[in-house]
Amino acid sequence: MTQPVANCPNCGAKIVFRWSSSVQTVCEYCKSILVRTDVDLKKVGQVADLPPDSSPIQINTEGKYGNKAFVVVGRILYEYDQGGWNEWHVMMNDGTSAWLSDAQNEYAVSFPSKAPNLPPAAQVHVGQQFTWNSQPYTVSVITPAHYRGVEGELPFQYWDKTNVTFVDLRTESGKFATLDYSDPEPALYLGESMEFDDLKLKNLRSFEGW
Amino acid sequence: MSAGVPPLSGPPRPQAKGLNCPKCGAAIVLRSFGQAVTVVCASCHCVLDAKDPNLAILQQFEAITHDVKPLIPLGTRGKLRGTDFEVVGFQRRHCKIEGITYSWHEYILFNPFKGIRYLSEYNGHWNDISICKTLPNVDRAFLNSPASSAGYLGESYRHFQTADANTDFVLGEFPWQVRVGEHAVVTDFVHPPRILSSEKMANEVTWSIGEYMYGREIWECFKLPGTPPEPTGVFANQPSPVTANVTAIWVTFAAFAVFLLVLMATFDMRAKKEPVLQQTYQYNRADAKSEASFVSDEFALGGGTSTVQVKTYAPVNNHWIYLNYALINLDTGQAWDFGREVSYYHGYDSDGSWTEGKQTDSVVIPSVPAGHYYLRVEPEIDPSLPRIAYTVDVIRDVPVFGIYGIAFVALLLPALLISWRAYTFERSRWSESDHPPMQLSGSSEDDD
Repeated sequence: MTQPVANCPNCGAKIVFRWSSSVQTVCEYCKSILVRTDVDLKKVGQVADLPPDSSPIQINTEGKYGNKAFVVVGRILYEYDQGGWNEWHVMMNDGTSAWLSDAQNEYAVSFPSKAPNLPPAAQVHVGQQFTWNSQPYTVSVITPAHYRGVEGELPFQYWDKTNVTFVDLRTESGKFATLDYSDPEPALYLGESMEFDDLKLKNLRSFEGW
Repeated sequence: MSAGVPPLSGPPRPQAKGLNCPKCGAAIVLRSFGQAVTVVCASCHCVLDAKDPNLAILQQFEAITHDVKPLIPLGTRGKLRGTDFEVVGFQRRHCKIEGITYSWHEYILFNPFKGIRYLSEYNGHWNDISICKTLPNVDRAFLNSPASSAGYLGESYRHFQTADANTDFVLGEFPWQVRVGEHAVVTDFVHPPRILSSEKMANEVTWSIGEYMYGREIWECFKLPGTPPEPTGVFANQPSPVTANVTAIWVTFAAFAVFLLVLMATFDMRAKKEPVLQQTYQYNRADAKSEASFVSDEFALGGGTSTVQVKTYAPVNNHWIYLNYALINLDTGQAWDFGREVSYYHGYDSDGSWTEGKQTDSVVIPSVPAGHYYLRVEPEIDPSLPRIAYTVDVIRDVPVFGIYGIAFVALLLPALLISWRAYTFERSRWSESDHPPMQLSGSSEDDD
């Protein structure tokens, strides 16, 4: 796989895209948010240092989803009134992009999906059911959250969106869905809950004493 | 490359953070790193905001009962079903049912990779609890009325109890905004040894799945000193001591019973049931004294060693006769002695008519070799009977059924015993539920 190389327009550090379709990355050195305009980079902002958090996953963590291997290339840290969670941007070895979420060590893998007639945020309530891919999904929780920080490579441009609504849905067969209301058009992600052991993660963070 | 700016990647290395309670100054240790949302000061019981670097005080509660001490101290590590966990939080909750307060304890366990796990303890009964990753399947009517069952991962759970749980004591760290006075509607469904629970708070419903654990297992996991408290009573999802499947036992029993019947039928069909002697004898008291005993005609018993049936018929009517028999082998002189009584009485009393005995008698002598035989008969007759004619039948090779009866009872008894034990255990279990069994035994305890 070709890995586009460029330099940070802010500090000049070398930027390597591990995922060739990345739209955005964050300079590891000066924390500038860089948007790719193939392959000249444009600085659109700067993120504060990520607050210490407790996800055992980090950039370059490797794992397995079914028979596909993946590597973690980026993340978004969200915050809501009961804490925070990480959406790790992962690159599958077949070149597709997916998300590995870690909410208090509860893991799920999901892929961007398309479905017609996604409901507007105001019309969704807990317990409501939707059918996608002929699976009945039930709304389990609606979370207003905001970006707390970004790191690494992301498949879209990060803007300074303040409050975003997320709707989590589950099925009786362990499937998982998220409706993301970051954009005017709702985005649907479909996936499933994962056991930590099944992800076969390598390159994890270490925790002192554990 | 700009100097002086620490690289962003290369994660911060969290460790147990040392902080102080803003209220009383006691040291606070955060064990679950970033996962703690609230932490409770062990010395002054302030509920603190663990997300705030200054640990803002969220609530101060009076620990009315200072004696609430976790059986597993905070900070203890143990291996639970293969994963290391550290006890980071503890809460006591209670519910009131028919005016009685029931209290139980919950422990919050943490592993930085596997996350949060819970242990609950009530009267020495433990449960290992985790949050459901899959949505249980419940009749939606359950939200208003207790549903009779819930499905989870292909298994059916029966509704056990719905109660209001109130938190009245907290200690340590919690991955949610815990408060004393926190209130939830807890609905339990059971499929021993598992328990499926829903906790409904203001805006969310959380499902958890628990598995029953014995105190000694907990003590082993956490290497605790001493012995665990003895469990009292039967807990909602406690596995029955009757490990065998009662239905399977009855299926096996039925199979054996059918086998016995087939065996019986086969032996009955194969038995020759060959009549070898039928003779009618006259008894006359007038000349009885001269001849107390007599012998029958000679008869041959064929085949191999087999049974011999001796049937006696006497038309007695409120009398008795007693016959001393001897079956004697002509060739070897071997004899089988046996006495048989034929008596038949009937009459009326205050309860109506009654009868006792009958006019026929039958006996089977086992294992009689083939050969030539005769019967010696010595009758004793009711003194009030002047004369009577009685008939003796000898039949070779008849089936014996008594052994099947013994086998049947021998199989039935353990099946009954096991069923009874299982039944009484389930009765104790369900008597604590919202669906107590009927007070009178014998009826079904609940509809399935």
